[in-house]
Amino acid sequence: MNNKKKQILWNIAYVLVVVGIGYFIYISSSKVNYIWRWKNVPSFIVYKAHEDIESPVKGIVEDYKNKTVYIKTLDGKIKTIKVEHPEVKKGDVVDTTDEIGYNESYKSGPLLVGLYMTLKISFLAIIAAIIIGLITGLMRISSNPLLKNLAITYIELIRGTPLLVQIFIFYFFIGTVFHLDRLVAGVGALAVFEGAYIAEIIRAGIQSIDKGQREAAISLGMNYYQLMRYIIMPQAIKRTLPATAGQFISLIKDSSLVSVISITDLTKAGREIITSTFSPFEIWFTVAAMYLILTYTLSLFTQYLERRMAKGE
Amino acid sequence: MNSIIEIKNVYKTYPNGIEALKDINLEIDKGEVVVVIGASGSGKSTLLRTINQLEIVDKGQIIVDGVDVTNPKTKLTTIRSEIGMVFQHFNLFPHLTVLDNVTLAQIIVKKRNKKEAEDIAMSLLTKVGIADKSDVYPTQLSGGQQQRVAIARALAMKPKIMLFDEATSALDPEMVGEVLDVMKSLAKEGMTMVVVTHEMGFAKEVSDRIVFMDYGKIVETGTPDTIFTSAKSERLRQFLSQIL
Ligand SMILES: Nc1ncnc2c1ncn2[C@@H]1O[C@H](COP(=O)(O)OP(=O)(O)OP(=O)(O)O)[C@@H](O)[C@H]1O
Ligand SMILES: [Mg+2]
Repeated sequence: MNNKKKQILWNIAYVLVVVGIGYFIYISSSKVNYIWRWKNVPSFIVYKAHEDIESPVKGIVEDYKNKTVYIKTLDGKIKTIKVEHPEVKKGDVVDTTDEIGYNESYKSGPLLVGLYMTLKISFLAIIAAIIIGLITGLMRISSNPLLKNLAITYIELIRGTPLLVQIFIFYFFIGTVFHLDRLVAGVGALAVFEGAYIAEIIRAGIQSIDKGQREAAISLGMNYYQLMRYIIMPQAIKRTLPATAGQFISLIKDSSLVSVISITDLTKAGREIITSTFSPFEIWFTVAAMYLILTYTLSLFTQYLERRMAKGE
Repeated sequence: MNSIIEIKNVYKTYPNGIEALKDINLEIDKGEVVVVIGASGSGKSTLLRTINQLEIVDKGQIIVDGVDVTNPKTKLTTIRSEIGMVFQHFNLFPHLTVLDNVTLAQIIVKKRNKKEAEDIAMSLLTKVGIADKSDVYPTQLSGGQQQRVAIARALAMKPKIMLFDEATSALDPEMVGEVLDVMKSLAKEGMTMVVVTHEMGFAKEVSDRIVFMDYGKIVETGTPDTIFTSAKSERLRQFLSQIL
């Protein structure tokens, strides 16, 4: 059998295995008498909101055009009201608080709102983690014992304790002392946690650059900042891009832990929906898929960046 | 007195305890081409690297173009930008094109504008014979071409002194000539050069003076003629017999 045929066979096997696992899950769930209610799930992501419009004034409907109802009040003034679906005709008499129609609009469901919160927290924490990581990474390789030891202490403390505990400390201790809002505490805890890992990645990246690069730059008269900015960092960042991206993906996933301090992120939104719908399977699968969309997008984006950066050489 | 480099009683011990330089004294005149020879580990690179303070010395004084580079108060970036250095492994910046390799330090250190820096870069790249490769990345060049770019990069700073640390040692034999030719033409133009090399042909033909080092000391100095024909020390005769 030639190689290509073998490949195809193995790929078919892969599909079969995946389908098999899916079937197994389906069978096992039907054994526990679970009623799947997928129909409701989309409405937790987006739903059509129906809003009744009441007339604010007493008067006669003069006209309806451009999705606007014109009502002539008793003293002759014209009142305009935006209504997409009017339930009144020209000449109808309306009183205040009479329903004159309704508007429909698409609104984000709780899962989408939660996703947005997760995205916001992750984005802010990534920015802060990059700054923290960059500074501590540079301190870590500094020859000054004060800077170096501070960086080592920070990195060891953070990497040696669970993120969940750090979030509690951040929120209940640091948050109380400095009057931090829960969002700031959540973002802060995540950034401080991931920053320690970014610092190690950056340190490794810098140290992996041949020392000849530093010597060449210095011999041309560059100062420390110029050396880092123009020579070392561009090469180190490129080299550490896969590891850094992996860390950012971890951060997005780790951000689910901030739900413990009552930040309504994607995870907390899911939990809240479950308490009222009793559809835990569907909701958790949906939540997982939504996280996957975020992380996979990031992963695709980094692959694109890597390809683009590789082009140069 | 027209020495451009004065090295006085210089000592250098590495943190691992190796005494790489022991009481080095050397004066180099403007326009002089000095070749440093010696066995591996004798301290040639260390000596060269103390001149632009890539290695900080423990004791002694080095004055370059009137500036005491061993004084901790001296602003090293300025003096370093006036001393060109060429390395055994080229050390080109792999993330920058050939042109950017040659213009970067001009722009950020010498504060020349981009146009001026590029003009200087192109004329130097023409001089070393690789103007047509200005927009490729270093990894796409042969060793000899890379080293010539590295020389152009150093020359772009308009240095008063050029240091060469085994500039041809990492090259395939057929590429040694092209780099030596560039170095020879530089010497002819009157550039002050300190050259660590194992190319005795170059030393004979181009140098004004040869310095022989052994175990961190300068054992003997002299014109190529005297060094190659009437070496005084036994160590130097031994070294020459091995290398020639
Ligand atoms: N960064 C360093 N740390 C510790 N020891 C070093 C360092 N650089 C050089 N040495 C040691 O100092 C001594 C002199 O080294 P140096 O590189 O100056 O010799 P060299 O004459 O240039 O030798 P080669 O011909 O092999 O390049 C050697 O014993 C070397 O092992
Ligand atoms: Mg050497």
